[in-house]
Amino acid sequence: MKSVINILLFSCFVLPLHAGEITVHPGDNLAAAITLAHAGDTILIRKGVYSGVGIVINKPLSLVGTGWPIIDGEGKGEIFTVMSDRVSFEGLEIAHAGLSYIKENAAIKVRDVRYCTIRNNRFRDNFFAIYVSNSHHSVIEDNLIFATVKRNTSTSGNGIHVWKSDSIRIVRNDITGHRDGIYFEFVREALISDNRSEDNLRYGLHFMFSDHCRYVRNTFRGNSSGVAVMYSKYVEMTENVFENNWGPASYGIMLKDINDSHIRGNRFANNTIGIFAEGCSRSMIERNDFADNGWALKIMANCDDNKIFKNNFIGNSFDVSTNSTFSYNTFENNYWSNYTGYDLDRDGIGDVPYRPVRLFSWITEHQPASLFLLRSFFVTVLDLAEAMIPVLTPAKLMDARPSMRRIL
Amino acid sequence: MDGVLKIFKFELHNLSRSKWVILYAVFYFIITYGLFQFESSQSRVVVSLMNTTLLFIPLVSVVFGTMYLYHSREFIELLLSQPIQRTTIFWGLYMGITIPLSLGFVLGVGIPSVAYGMNKLEDVKVLGGLLTMGVFLTSIFVAFAFLLSIRHDDKMKGLGFSILVWFFFGVLYDALILTGSFVFADYPLEKAMLFLNFLNPIDIARTFLLLQLDISALMGYTGAVFSKFFGGWMGMTTALGVLVMWTLVPLLVALRIFRSKDF
Repeated sequence: MKSVINILLFSCFVLPLHAGEITVHPGDNLAAAITLAHAGDTILIRKGVYSGVGIVINKPLSLVGTGWPIIDGEGKGEIFTVMSDRVSFEGLEIAHAGLSYIKENAAIKVRDVRYCTIRNNRFRDNFFAIYVSNSHHSVIEDNLIFATVKRNTSTSGNGIHVWKSDSIRIVRNDITGHRDGIYFEFVREALISDNRSEDNLRYGLHFMFSDHCRYVRNTFRGNSSGVAVMYSKYVEMTENVFENNWGPASYGIMLKDINDSHIRGNRFANNTIGIFAEGCSRSMIERNDFADNGWALKIMANCDDNKIFKNNFIGNSFDVSTNSTFSYNTFENNYWSNYTGYDLDRDGIGDVPYRPVRLFSWITEHQPASLFLLRSFFVTVLDLAEAMIPVLTPAKLMDARPSMRRIL
Repeated sequence: MDGVLKIFKFELHNLSRSKWVILYAVFYFIITYGLFQFESSQSRVVVSLMNTTLLFIPLVSVVFGTMYLYHSREFIELLLSQPIQRTTIFWGLYMGITIPLSLGFVLGVGIPSVAYGMNKLEDVKVLGGLLTMGVFLTSIFVAFAFLLSIRHDDKMKGLGFSILVWFFFGVLYDALILTGSFVFADYPLEKAMLFLNFLNPIDIARTFLLLQLDISALMGYTGAVFSKFFGGWMGMTTALGVLVMWTLVPLLVALRIFRSKDF
């Protein structure tokens, strides 16, 4: 019993001492302070500019900045490499991780560890900003990540790059000007919520081989190619906003080989193509808003068993377009602003089915240059004739029960 | 110039008395008002307005213009017996039809649109484009009416041709283009299409408006040629220039015939 009390007393007095605090001032060597620190220490970094190239953290530490100290990589290489569990970063401004064509230099690279936290930092003009590799149960929260230097896709890295990791939380980050805003490969069980990824050079979000991930309330706006989601299963995308992704190869989302996934309550507005789906199966697309897109939904013939339910299609140049006369997907209960049918029994469901694939979208698929006849009177007449008796457009691709009112 | 103004004033008076122009304005007013009442989204209203504009303005302008000129044949002959230059009479007559028709359209569409809140900068751009195109189409198709009714003394022939002109530019031309684009599908057609577009004033007007309404679709791979051309300063100027040409060419030909015509 006595020994137990002794141990308790010991831990009360000694452990807090062990978790010491080291304060670093401008002019001090940050790397040296980290080498000197003991596991569990907190390093307080005062306001100022610190040079930081190749700082390796191999013990649990908390790095806390006061007054936004700047850790400058001076474009020379990687800044922080984390090789220990339970390392946290807070209140730092980390800038200028060096561009390299061989190495993926990052402002913070987290490798083969667990339980790391990167919270409330600023990342300015880095090659890669946050790079998580084979690390689990980590949190990336409230960071501001931006690159203002003019670059192209080969001289720019990703904002948040996650590779082969489990249970990562990426919340409330703001990412602009990188190659891909958020990049995922071989990630499982991640939560990405309330982030804003805008004006990146390639994709706002780019993820592949990442099953069981959830994307909630993120905003992807003005990225030059939109969002690409590929080769994944059981993905949940809820209440995200995909806006202003304009360009010859730009999509709100491109879905490639996405199975058993759920896309709900998202808003797709002003994109060249809202959703481009290729090789998708057994997925639900429900309660989304598609407004003012060039093509709201391009669904290729290799997609099957998808359910497109209760979406709003408002003011799109083309609602649905496809490359085949067959369709193995179900459209039901959507609201189509281009629907011209009637509802005699007043149950809120249109009495005539709606065929969202216009003849003209078939024509533009086959002869793209004819696109400029869009909204020509002659084309309207053709569309009308085709809608009565479908010959070239998929006869089965129709919403048999279109909603008369906008779905809220 | 004084003479032009006098004839123009008289025409204006005569036209407003004939009630057709008033009816025309009221027609647009009701359509626009109704669309704003029943359509939920503003963009759909603009699309519907654009469809009516592109379809009706050429039809009304060319048919009404032709009929009006045949009707006022005696009045024209009376004017010709006076010591007034033929050119003066011609411009006075032309403005006397074009300006009331344009005004009817501009007020008929403009008033309810502004009243229904299309007064933000973004909307004003769209609305302005629509109204400008409407005025251009009116001028162009009234010019065609002049050409036809001065060229042909036979009323039925003139009217028949005027409807044919509308049908050709409004419907047939696009059908031919579409057929052509399939026949020559193996060739890169974007540039050729852009050129062919300029041979039809209705198509110019439509493309001009598409750029404001369907910009998302035009930003795609195929629309890129169009949006790049029309979106730029050069393209806009060219389009407007070509529209002016489309007004002046038939009008000047008509004037030539009018000056030497034996009434």
